[in-house]
Amino acid sequence: MQDNMVKPFNAASFYQYLREGKLMGVQCRNCGQLSAEARPMCQTCHSAEIKWFEFSGEAELGTFTCISIVPAAMAEKGYGRDNPYCSGIVILDEGPRISARILNVDTLKPQNIHIGTKMVLDLNDLEDDKPMLSFRPV
Amino acid sequence: MVGIRKKQLGRSVSIVGTGMSQFGAYKDKTTRDIFVEAFHDMMQHMDSGIDVQDIEAGYVGNYSSDLFEGQGHTAPIIADWLGMTPTPITRIENACASSGSALREGIMAIASGLYDVVMVGGVEKMTDLPTEGVTDVLASAADGLYEVPAGFTFPGIYGALAKAHMERYETNLDHLLKVGIKNHNNGSLNPKAQFNSTIKSLMDRRVARAEERGDQLPAWKNEMDFLNDEQCNPWIAWPLRLYDCAPITDGAACLLLVASEIAGNFTSKPIEIIGTGQATGRPLHDAEELTSLSATKYAAAQAYEMSGLSPDQIDVVEVHDCFTIAEIVASEDLGFFSPGEGPRAADEGRTALDGDRPINTSGGLKAKGHPVGASGVAQVIEVFHQLRGEAGQRQLSSKDLEIGLTHNVGGTGGTCVVNIFRRV
Repeated sequence: MQDNMVKPFNAASFYQYLREGKLMGVQCRNCGQLSAEARPMCQTCHSAEIKWFEFSGEAELGTFTCISIVPAAMAEKGYGRDNPYCSGIVILDEGPRISARILNVDTLKPQNIHIGTKMVLDLNDLEDDKPMLSFRPV
Repeated sequence: MVGIRKKQLGRSVSIVGTGMSQFGAYKDKTTRDIFVEAFHDMMQHMDSGIDVQDIEAGYVGNYSSDLFEGQGHTAPIIADWLGMTPTPITRIENACASSGSALREGIMAIASGLYDVVMVGGVEKMTDLPTEGVTDVLASAADGLYEVPAGFTFPGIYGALAKAHMERYETNLDHLLKVGIKNHNNGSLNPKAQFNSTIKSLMDRRVARAEERGDQLPAWKNEMDFLNDEQCNPWIAWPLRLYDCAPITDGAACLLLVASEIAGNFTSKPIEIIGTGQATGRPLHDAEELTSLSATKYAAAQAYEMSGLSPDQIDVVEVHDCFTIAEIVASEDLGFFSPGEGPRAADEGRTALDGDRPINTSGGLKAKGHPVGASGVAQVIEVFHQLRGEAGQRQLSSKDLEIGLTHNVGGTGGTCVVNIFRRV
């Protein structure tokens, strides 16, 4: 019965969990491979025996960029040349990497943002229609 | 493993003619018009004439006429405009590696024995949309579920790659700028280039304009000063600035591919394809490492193995410099320099026309222009001309040129195509 309640392993479920305050990826029941992206099949051993895995939300900054020429959706939120935003890749403590917005950093002084900085999941800025996975320095 | 045979072509394939449109921004031209220009250029420059009816098939790389100009199913329209119906023409889409992939399809179609004469091309008409629109279309080549929702743009992903490279090696912002200066120097010698001018001449023009207007003269002493001036070279996605990015371009390129056994009917100077490889990669956050594109390494390994050659035997190289950092990383991933040595090589001028490892003699995507679906074939055209001694003012003269290599990337390494060529 419990299996009937398992959310499908896809991005819609990933972002639904995010709205609920959880960073949920998947783990392969066969080989143990973790993925921060919600996939229906293990990309290592190709098993479809997948289960949800809750990440702690603790990570370190792997790399980043501060974006000044922004897509239309970010321009609507007030970002642009005078107000760049930071996107990065975080290395989750459990191993996998994932792309995320990086909040609470000075995007006009990117030389002061450092790879290796300890990060934590930030759920304060979740919009209901299009939630963005976000982290901030601890 | 089931497939253990060393990969080789079923029969030899050669290029016997090429053509290119002018690269630039053409308000009133559409995809089909631009492709016709490239095709016509090819027909005019064939060493011996060819009857269009002798072309048995076509493969055309095009990223997104759908999103750029609202026209899908572009290949048959191009066939009609070329007067080539009912010859089969197929559009190939692999983002910015679309025409590199189209070339491989053409190669395999001939090597299989199905056809003897095939047209391969690429085209993109990008300038109808405003910059934000182009940014969105290009971003759709990244992962729409996990990269784009994190705010990543296309330059943003390469910016993150650049930052990782700077952190791991001693790469700095000046190294990146040096790549752009070098490619503009080369592009200034290429009449088909969108930016047919050096950074120095762009700078001098600005000084002259300020002088005319009686404005205070800028204090730039050289190109590096100019490029470090935020007014002239604004940030796009730190650490990448405007002059680190390939431009938005309209353009087309095409070539004629034939079975080598009949190449002599078309030219006395065919260029033979002796190695080809293609590989795929994952989004940067899931890549093997954050400082290289693994698909380049796998595709190159295939092409080197098929040709029996190693990187030091390559004379002419066109790599996919959609951003300055991409050229540096490619120069390492292709084995020309060891990891971390790429930025120093660029800094020391080793990749310039007169260096020991010239890269992107055409001006690269940076200066020649980057009509994304056309870039893969346009790279091959530069190698074709260099190996035949037809590259005009930018002709490499240092040695007897025999071997060329092209490297074409789709997205941020989702697709990579590497081909190796030999002057017969």
